[in-house]
Amino acid sequence: MADAYIYDAVRTPRGKGKKDGSLHEITALSLAGQVLEALRDRNGLDTGKVDDVILGVVSPVGEQGSDIARTAVLAAGYDQRTAGFQLNRFCASGLEAVNVAAAKVKSGEAGMAIGGGVEAMSRVPMGSDGGAWPTDPSSAFPTYFVPQGVSADMIATKYGFTRDDVDAYAVESHKRAARSWAEGRFNKSVVPTKNQLGLVQLDRDETVRPNTDMQTLAGLNASFEMMGGMGFDAVINQRYPEVAAVRHVHTPGNSSGIVDGAAGVLIGTKEMGEALGLKPRARILGGASIGSEPSIMLTGPEPVTRKLLAKLGMEPGDIDLYELNEAFAAVVLRYMQALDIPHDKINVCGGAIAMGHPLGATGAMILGTVLDELERSGKSTALATLCIGGGMGTATVIERV
Amino acid sequence: MENFKIDIDADGVALVTFDVPGRSMNTLTGSVIAEIPTLVEKIKSDDAIKGVVITSGKPSGFCAGADLGDMASGMLAGGGDLQKAFDTGWALNGAFRALETSGKPVAAAINGLALGGGLEFTLACHYRVVENDPKIQLGLPEIKVGLFPGGGGTQRLTRLIGVQNALMQMAEGKSWRPNDAKGAGVVHEVVEKGQSVEAAKAWIKNGGKAVQPWDDKGFKIPGGGPYHPAGAQVFIMGNAILRKQSYGNYPAVLNMMKAVYEGVQVPIEAGLRIETRYFIKTLMTPQAQAMIRSLFLSKQELDKGAVRPAGVPKSDPKKVTVIGAGMMGAGIAYVQAMAGIETILIDQSQEAADKGKQYAVDLIQKRVSRGHMTQDKADAVLGLITATTDYDLIKGSDLVIEAVFENREIKAAVTKNAEAQLAKGAVFGSNTSTLPITGLAEASVRPEDFIGIHFFSPVDKMMLVEIIMGEKTGDEALAKALDYVLKIKKTPIVVNDSRGFYTSRCFSTFLMEGMAMLEEGYSPVLIDNVGRMTGMPRGPLEMHDDVALDLSYKIAKQTREDLGDKYVPTEGEQIVATMVEQGRYGRKNGKGFYDYDQKPKVIWPGLAELAPTTKGAEFGEGPEALAAVDELKTRLLYRQAVEVARCWEEGVIDDPREGDLGAILGWGFAPWTGGPITFIDQTGLKAFVAKADELTAKYGDRFKVPQLLRDMAEKNETFYGRFAPEKKAA
Repeated sequence: MADAYIYDAVRTPRGKGKKDGSLHEITALSLAGQVLEALRDRNGLDTGKVDDVILGVVSPVGEQGSDIARTAVLAAGYDQRTAGFQLNRFCASGLEAVNVAAAKVKSGEAGMAIGGGVEAMSRVPMGSDGGAWPTDPSSAFPTYFVPQGVSADMIATKYGFTRDDVDAYAVESHKRAARSWAEGRFNKSVVPTKNQLGLVQLDRDETVRPNTDMQTLAGLNASFEMMGGMGFDAVINQRYPEVAAVRHVHTPGNSSGIVDGAAGVLIGTKEMGEALGLKPRARILGGASIGSEPSIMLTGPEPVTRKLLAKLGMEPGDIDLYELNEAFAAVVLRYMQALDIPHDKINVCGGAIAMGHPLGATGAMILGTVLDELERSGKSTALATLCIGGGMGTATVIERV
Repeated sequence: MENFKIDIDADGVALVTFDVPGRSMNTLTGSVIAEIPTLVEKIKSDDAIKGVVITSGKPSGFCAGADLGDMASGMLAGGGDLQKAFDTGWALNGAFRALETSGKPVAAAINGLALGGGLEFTLACHYRVVENDPKIQLGLPEIKVGLFPGGGGTQRLTRLIGVQNALMQMAEGKSWRPNDAKGAGVVHEVVEKGQSVEAAKAWIKNGGKAVQPWDDKGFKIPGGGPYHPAGAQVFIMGNAILRKQSYGNYPAVLNMMKAVYEGVQVPIEAGLRIETRYFIKTLMTPQAQAMIRSLFLSKQELDKGAVRPAGVPKSDPKKVTVIGAGMMGAGIAYVQAMAGIETILIDQSQEAADKGKQYAVDLIQKRVSRGHMTQDKADAVLGLITATTDYDLIKGSDLVIEAVFENREIKAAVTKNAEAQLAKGAVFGSNTSTLPITGLAEASVRPEDFIGIHFFSPVDKMMLVEIIMGEKTGDEALAKALDYVLKIKKTPIVVNDSRGFYTSRCFSTFLMEGMAMLEEGYSPVLIDNVGRMTGMPRGPLEMHDDVALDLSYKIAKQTREDLGDKYVPTEGEQIVATMVEQGRYGRKNGKGFYDYDQKPKVIWPGLAELAPTTKGAEFGEGPEALAAVDELKTRLLYRQAVEVARCWEEGVIDDPREGDLGAILGWGFAPWTGGPITFIDQTGLKAFVAKADELTAKYGDRFKVPQLLRDMAEKNETFYGRFAPEKKAA
């Protein structure tokens, strides 16, 4: 099998996912298109050699519906022979798109492919695609369905993280994100988003608050307390009867933000890279996905990490840098606890608590971030992973070349 | 048609009188269901008929729904032939659908209660008028017997009043009174008594439409369906709330939700087919079959005096004295006065007696203020209760029930004093819950008239009365006690004397298994959560707090003293003793396994020292945790069921119906099982014995089954097979 190499990774800045967010007036198609254009233009890419573009989208309806990947390929002016498809692995869609692109490259199906994702959350609200899991009793009942926030609060309760623990983690996320921006650590990947006139609409992540402290965070109300009290706490308690009662610790301040954004990673064989005159930045050692207990939902990163590392013959200690999407602070704290990962090896540039989580795009974004950071710090191996709705985990391990 | 009579008036309105011959109450018998298509054909084809009014010819009500026994056996008659089951099940839905699409307006003149299939019948009419009678109830109570509305209720009620309101009503099986039904949008009009036919006819004459709302073009479900933004929330929350309430123990609850979810997304006729499929699926579950048998059929039989000695002429207790006006005595006085019995309520001081009567005053006042009782009726009921200290007033009583302190000497004195006033043939009943009746009867000069009549607290809510036969108690006393229990509309079971009788004895094993788990190192939180998950109303620790730990302690102590060397200590006893020694008596002094000085109650922190948690907290996210939880649930259920089997072998109980219903109504044994006897039967005697043996090996002799079960397992018998109630009577 061929090796899959990463040649480039780009992302948009993340705009606040509300009507007053800077990217609200930019379409999802434009966000995806600008990423594809950047990958083409930065690398002088002959797009006729790109076999496929795979974009993750979590709410693939409206302007994000009907295979936005192919639509973006055409709108971005790629060669008409470049195919495109959209996939959905919820929050890990962007990383799954990378893994699928890498798999196509490794298998010989593609010489060059792009994996990425897009989510204009201010324009296509989360959940607007419906879905049977929570709604159809045939799936909700047997799986003890609860909304993610209640799951995250159960993680904190079951594994012993207090409100202070999760808030402290959130403060650090903002601190790290602010420092990374100040030091220009994102410069390599972030491509400013342009508006209809071609003027820069946004060039920085919009939701970072460098001055966030414990006191401000302590003032926020728990987001899922009411929802939990209406019945969901009792449901997840039936799955975890050893827990007295769910403690609601997550707030908007220690959970990932709702934002707009897009990202893409250019992946290809060594031969195709050489033919196109590109320099490989990293090798994709492997990817994996796994299912985990669906009610607590967000603990998949641990088992998928163990699964992937075992496949690669590696130990957790062999990984220099970890990126785990900061969906909720307790998700990361539980992962660090389970795998004994020190805080200075994980999410070192901050994460979604500070910068936001554009659902379909995040996986590709954090992979690009950790690649930049490996290069900046001179380190070698990194693992990116995300927790996923429905109880899943997806992970990717890369090695700098 | 034998069930429907048609009279066409001068205006062309056909008055259809629903009157099932030979029955005191209209039910949807096979004959009725078979005749509805004939009725519809007549309505359609007779040009003289412009519209139809359906009313009941029975003073007892409009229709009480399906005949569950008939229905279950009818639909499942084809054995495994599911298409046949569907076709049989579809007969009712198809008939109702034909009625609402006959092309002629149909109004229901609801002149009495309409429950279950009875209400569903009216929902298939285009217009509903109900009479304003506080006795009239409209509702879909099927969920209470392990079923859900299968005559179109899940489809029509949701389309009529929205998914949320319909689900709430169907999931709790609650009924509406006429005005509430109007408020909820279930009926169109409420009229005075006797006016419903006239009002229904008026609706037709004024051009009533022959089209249901859901057959109108552009119809939308009120509040939206599952993929409508607001509707989605109803389903997502609904799933959670139903799981919260049912713990996933009741297939009917889940299948009802499935019928609603899938049914409201398609046209009504497809929805009705989906409902029928899920209804049959539910009917085939062991839970539904168990619940129908115990909570419907057996309950009906016991409520009609199935276990009453046949040879004794029926008696009608007119005057009954209650001695002891504490909580139990006051409750007993209230329920029997409500049943029209002249009540003497005696206590040592007038003040105490008055306080006991006040309990009835408060409850009745509440009924009046809610409009459920008229002031005249309230005055009449309260007039039946005389609070006094005077034993002379006992004279003329058919029955005396003592509910005094649980002390042999005090009870003996009361017995002697009361019997002095009683005429020959009058019965003396003791409401003891702990003292063996045979021993108490020693204080009586006529032990053949002495019997145990064990009420449960709170008396007005708990439907069971456990009648205990002393060694010398005669059939006549039993018959009279049963006549009394039936008159106050409680469900009786008759058991033989034993320490703790039947209910208290078996219930205590649930508590003690919780204590044993605590001693083993399981966390108190886990034990109580798992207890509730078995389908018991509360966990063993919180329930023990409610019962009172010191009471439990005293009973154990008394038993130890009585049995001497023969006493076998129970696992978990030590922890109860220690709790009591530390002054922790349970909820009554605010200190038990929980602290009650805050709401919600919290586990007493000191318990962690007394019984350190070493198990349970490590339960992970994998399926092995579910298996570990299942093992705890199994222990709680088996421990009780084994004790029930022992009671049977010892002759404490001898009728499976009483064993099952006594457990469900008496101590809240998981209703989804249909009761412990059915639980053993449905598990299968072989499998039950094998599992109990495994538990005995792991946890001790308290799971040891009696020889009876091994014999039955050997012969592949069941309790309901070997001890079939009919056989016993013969």
